[in-house]
Amino acid sequence: MKLIRDLFRDYRFAVSFAVLFGLVSLAICSAFSPYDPRRWYQVPRDQPPSSKYVLGTNSKGQDVFWEATFAIRNSLVFSLIAASLSRAIAILLGLIAGYLGGWPDRTLTFLTDTFLVMPLFLFIVLLSMLLKGRLTLGILGVLLGFFGWAWDARVIRSQVLSLREREFTKTALLSGMPTLRLVTKEYIPHVLPIIFSTLINNMSWAIGMEITLAILGLLKMDIPTLGVMLRWAISYQALLLGYWWWYLTPTVLSILLFISLYWLSASVSEYLDPRSRLQRVGVR
Amino acid sequence: MRFFKEYLLPRFLQFLLVTFLGINAAFFIPRFFSSDPILETISTIRSHGTYLDPGSVEKIISDLKQLYGLEGTLGQQYLAFWRRLFRGDLGLSFFQFPEPVVRLIGRALPWTLGLLLPSTLLSWALGLLIGGVGGCYPERRWVKVLDVISMLVRPLPYYIFAFALLIVFAYVIPWFPLGGGLSIGRQPEFSLQFIREVLHYAFLPFASLTILGTAVMYQMSKLIVQSLRTEDFVQYAQLGGVKGRIIVFKYLVRNAMLPLFTNLVLSLGQVFGGAMITEIVFSYPGLGMLLYNAVVQADYNLILGITTISIVAVTTGIFLADLVYPLLDPRVRYQ
Repeated sequence: MKLIRDLFRDYRFAVSFAVLFGLVSLAICSAFSPYDPRRWYQVPRDQPPSSKYVLGTNSKGQDVFWEATFAIRNSLVFSLIAASLSRAIAILLGLIAGYLGGWPDRTLTFLTDTFLVMPLFLFIVLLSMLLKGRLTLGILGVLLGFFGWAWDARVIRSQVLSLREREFTKTALLSGMPTLRLVTKEYIPHVLPIIFSTLINNMSWAIGMEITLAILGLLKMDIPTLGVMLRWAISYQALLLGYWWWYLTPTVLSILLFISLYWLSASVSEYLDPRSRLQRVGVR
Repeated sequence: MRFFKEYLLPRFLQFLLVTFLGINAAFFIPRFFSSDPILETISTIRSHGTYLDPGSVEKIISDLKQLYGLEGTLGQQYLAFWRRLFRGDLGLSFFQFPEPVVRLIGRALPWTLGLLLPSTLLSWALGLLIGGVGGCYPERRWVKVLDVISMLVRPLPYYIFAFALLIVFAYVIPWFPLGGGLSIGRQPEFSLQFIREVLHYAFLPFASLTILGTAVMYQMSKLIVQSLRTEDFVQYAQLGGVKGRIIVFKYLVRNAMLPLFTNLVLSLGQVFGGAMITEIVFSYPGLGMLLYNAVVQADYNLILGITTISIVAVTTGIFLADLVYPLLDPRVRYQ
């Protein structure tokens, strides 16, 4: 209980928790949607917001509010897939490089640095282009997961590097603890705060990348996500026609989502480990 | 000589190796996938309603193979690819046919660099200075306001931030054009009016990149300075009566510069991608817009060309930054 009270004392945590709670409830609402998000012309087109259609309707004859609930759900789901996968890669490579040292460390660090400096955006575009039409949410999540680990692997490596020099490592090794158990039982808890905050930041990165890919027209356009919604609005000239409820809904929702994810990760990681602040803003 | 051997040479070798690996990835990735650009091109032509008899399909296939460098075994293709690359030949764009990819990129690159270089340098300098001074006086009201602003702007991805600026400053308040680099039909000339127009069109994309970059740099610089402030050498200087302004700029900001510079260098690839995304939002005629058109028209040669050039641009940028670094860090210079 004290933990929760402490966290809520930070206004960033309180605000982001409330906003995220709202967004997740919206996502859960999608289960009760009266409409199928894939079908067109179910309601009158281009209606502004009214009591019947809370956020109006779009040119495809869909209710924007219910479309948005599906979009949030899908965006959250695939970004979780992407972030978990890239966390797994980052932890594995970071632990191996940090613990083994020597040439495995040098090789992995070089690989990580190469990934870090490359214009990854272009590689992601290239790959999505080749997978075009097959990019379901799961595949998109895996694809982004393969590109999002480099910086975090570096952070975990440097953490493990310093843990390895600490006394308890030697005590554990000398008392005959197997390496694997040492790593999972002793090291993983130490890097958990970083893993948590990077998980959230990575989700946010994946959602941002998805929006860009959707705008480029590289995603399946019949699965609503925040990016796909925006793309439909733009390609139907919602901006010029003044259908503000259509293009503003995904824009505002994603801005809320990005800011609240960032604030949540910032306040939680600061609470768990005040010293991690430098790392969180990305000082290398 | 020692500086050359211990500082420059390893970095130069790394630059070559990273560039080589990146270009290799760009070469091999498309070949690992079953998706065949040639068959896709043919089905695109067919979907336009053009009838193709089997003979001309054969002809198109062999022409395209030649065009895309897909003749022969993988090894032969690979060698041919590098040979062409060294001649500065990236093949022809298919959808703007006989136009060479290199020329299309050459036309777009100045726009991207013109946007990217000033905004990166400005946001770096601004973030360093404001963040540094802010870190010295974290209790001032303007610092707290800037903190909140940077917390709001920092998490936004390039696309959403640029799009929000576009909505507000081009649609709601029509101060700036909706997009493009110049008004349609405008010929480049050397006049005040022309320069004003270029700046007018470049303002929003430039502002969007600069504000995002500054927010990141501001937060970092502020935290570094805050943690430096309690270090012994700073307190010693304070007790010794060194002027406040000198402590801020010569002791604190100067020291925050190095990690910030390293960070800028490492994030160059991301910034480059971000500039391309921003260009797409503002239909700015740089590499980003070229990429957008290439993706829409499934122009593989052009995409590969853009990827290759971007890799070279980013790694070269990092190498150049490595050359500048000794000027900032005396420890490297006098090694």
